[in-house]
Amino acid sequence: MSGAKVWALHLAVLVALFAAQYLLPPYHATNLARVLVLALFAMGYNLAFGYTGLLSLGHALFFAGGMFAAGLPAYHFGFSAGPALILSLLGGGVLAGAVGLFALRTAGVSFMIVTLMFAQAGYLTLIYFNAWTGGDQGFAVPASGRSLFGFALSSDGPRFAVAWGLFALGFLVCLALVRSRFGRVMVAMRENEERSRLLGYNPFVVKLIVLVISGLYAGLAGGAWALLFGYAGASFATIQYSILPMLYVLLGGAGTVAGPVLGAALMFWLIELASGLTSAWLFLVGAALVVLVLFAPKGILGWVREKVWRGLP
Amino acid sequence: MSLLEARGLTRHFGGLRAVDGVDFDLRPGEVQGLIGPNGAGKTTFVSLLSGRIPVQSGTIHLAGEDITRLPAQARVRKGLAYTFQITSIFPGLTVFDNVALAVQGGRAQIGSWRGGGAALEAAVAAALGQVGMADLAGQGAGALSYGHQRLLEVAMGLALQPKVLILDEPTQGLAAGEIAGFMALVRGLVPAVSVLLIEHNMEVVMGVADRITVLNFGRVLARGTPAQISADPAVQEAYLGA
Amino acid sequence: MSFGPFLLLALMEGLVTAAVLALAASGLSLVFGVMRVVNVAHGEFYMLGAVIAWFVTTLVPGPAWAGFLVALAVAPVAVGALAAAADRLVLRRLDYDPEATIVATIGLLYMIQQAALSFYGPDARPVAAPFDWRLQLPWFGYSGYKLFVVLAAAVVLLALWLFMTRSKVGLVMRATQVDRDVAQAFGIDVDLVYMAVFGIGAALAAVAAVLIVPIQQAHYLMGHDPLLLSFIVVIIGGLGSLRGTVVAALVIGLSDGVISMFFSPTLAKILATLLVALVLVFRPQGLFGVRDR
Repeated sequence: MSGAKVWALHLAVLVALFAAQYLLPPYHATNLARVLVLALFAMGYNLAFGYTGLLSLGHALFFAGGMFAAGLPAYHFGFSAGPALILSLLGGGVLAGAVGLFALRTAGVSFMIVTLMFAQAGYLTLIYFNAWTGGDQGFAVPASGRSLFGFALSSDGPRFAVAWGLFALGFLVCLALVRSRFGRVMVAMRENEERSRLLGYNPFVVKLIVLVISGLYAGLAGGAWALLFGYAGASFATIQYSILPMLYVLLGGAGTVAGPVLGAALMFWLIELASGLTSAWLFLVGAALVVLVLFAPKGILGWVREKVWRGLP
Repeated sequence: MSLLEARGLTRHFGGLRAVDGVDFDLRPGEVQGLIGPNGAGKTTFVSLLSGRIPVQSGTIHLAGEDITRLPAQARVRKGLAYTFQITSIFPGLTVFDNVALAVQGGRAQIGSWRGGGAALEAAVAAALGQVGMADLAGQGAGALSYGHQRLLEVAMGLALQPKVLILDEPTQGLAAGEIAGFMALVRGLVPAVSVLLIEHNMEVVMGVADRITVLNFGRVLARGTPAQISADPAVQEAYLGA
Repeated sequence: MSFGPFLLLALMEGLVTAAVLALAASGLSLVFGVMRVVNVAHGEFYMLGAVIAWFVTTLVPGPAWAGFLVALAVAPVAVGALAAAADRLVLRRLDYDPEATIVATIGLLYMIQQAALSFYGPDARPVAAPFDWRLQLPWFGYSGYKLFVVLAAAVVLLALWLFMTRSKVGLVMRATQVDRDVAQAFGIDVDLVYMAVFGIGAALAAVAAVLIVPIQQAHYLMGHDPLLLSFIVVIIGGLGSLRGTVVAALVIGLSDGVISMFFSPTLAKILATLLVALVLVFRPQGLFGVRDR
């Protein structure tokens, strides 16, 4: 499939998402902003899990790391949104690199548990320092921190624009990355690590780079969440926030560029719809996980790639 | 002077002396066969050479450079390529991508960061052409026939543009017609590439190799030309007595 | 109270924690040992055991011990049956792929937790202890029931050990653990073994919960901590080793009792989770296990 066609299609997705804010009622436009930030998180997860085969249960740590790296300076020292977002990027990336240095010495189930344990330790650390972090209650990010180039991120227009802009950036970087020479090596790690070693690649280094990139995505998403929606809390470091991006990716299609946003959107509105009928939205999450793993492990776009369009990146 | 040189190479597993003080030389531009009865230590020996298993004692030099402690991937980049005995490809990727991974990962590091480019495509086409699979580039590697997967494995080895190519039982499971073509392919590689060929099929070894090394119980039993080896009573005893 | 009796109290509390933890963790360890499945829903089986115990004790008339005994019989069986069904309907269909089963058991975790919230409610509810007897020490009185918990856990663990080492069924399970394919070739119904092991593993968690529920109340979120602690115990004890699990449970339980009496429990948990991560990275056979194969 030609490169131009792939790029055109993905740009069209971005344009459609941007246009959606004018077509949707305001309440759902705000929700779409949430979905875009969650999708940014899930895209990072997908780079590690979908493309490179790193099934992490610790991404909540990177998300929360970014959230607090942006939120704490904004809360305690009056940082504005620009520097705070850069800090969130750093927070997620550094944490992912630190965890990766240890966790990537293991593989498979051990990797899952080690990342889970690190994330749990991170969550408990946020609780332990609750004088600074607000613990489980969290804290509201002050208006001074929610201002970017003079625009207030608490108002609908700028908020959506920033959410969309960050998502679009992540989306295009993701597309370029997976179509690059390095993207080919990422998939090689997933498919056959030992063979890739005998083709001259160092699996540890490749996986560490991917995990750091994945952490940058998660951190940026966490920071954006704090600044756009005005709240940071330790609950975002619980295992649930490691499971959600996995669920989005599994639903939309692991190892596809547009899968995470599709999965995030579907799951978000499915829960939204269900919460009108019942409070049991966690049941829905659980059932979705089981059903996906059992009956559709490739997800929606994975199915499309298999049956309709083999060249879908 | 030898291109690949091992001295006193040793690897024990518990009490089992899988490789026990082996000296070995591969000359530039030759095809050397490595044979021996089952359990002679052939696979362990080439795993030491390729770096898949760490060396306990002894040294390995490639073109005069000590590579004994280098990890496998670094040896590949120095020009020492290994193809797997059990077919080991990337089944979810296309044939093109399989070979492209070798092209961009090997000694020459061909290709731009964008993952394509004329140089990369030319190198992939050349490697596939050498094994006669140029028209299969777009296929999924997992869907290939067994014989084609074996040839893809070889193409990946060639695409690394190595100085030394270690082929571990490459003809295993190939049909008779495919074997003849494969022998011609190997002869065509030298002198640009030096080949170490581990092989069960005596006809192939005798027909292709310039020299042969025989391993038995982790030690070198004999070495020489194919004619010398087939006349060697110790070798005959090892094979018949085993 | 002076330091000596204070430490004694801490140790006794720790012993109770250790006993219950050893039971719950041995279930997790058994499942991992035989099936190579990491059951993330294990804590929810524990919670279900406690919730069922509450329902049973409220339904059974008569003295507290009668309801308790019925609960001790009913809860493990019910939870074990549910787990066996989950094995049959979900895990077996995944062919026990390690990563897929983790994702699936995470799904089970959410489903069970939400079901408990919907049918049992958000409140913590007490279950009366089967008897009311206090051991009067010179410095403080101590609940006799807590001592009974330690004793009962020891008995169940001993029975489990005898079952695994002496009985024919236990032998079949251990044979399956060593080599699934060979066991199958010898005519062992591996599917049935797996279903039984998953059921027994969950039942052990339920027993632990029934024992603890007169001390702690039944609550739909109560599975979280035992899951985490069981993970810690199983990993430090060496994955799949029953003896290592019991030793690790004693160490973790006692030190948890002592440490959390003198230090912040959160800090203790942080250190424990980090320790587990590092053990998995640098000493995957566990601190007390020996490297096999």
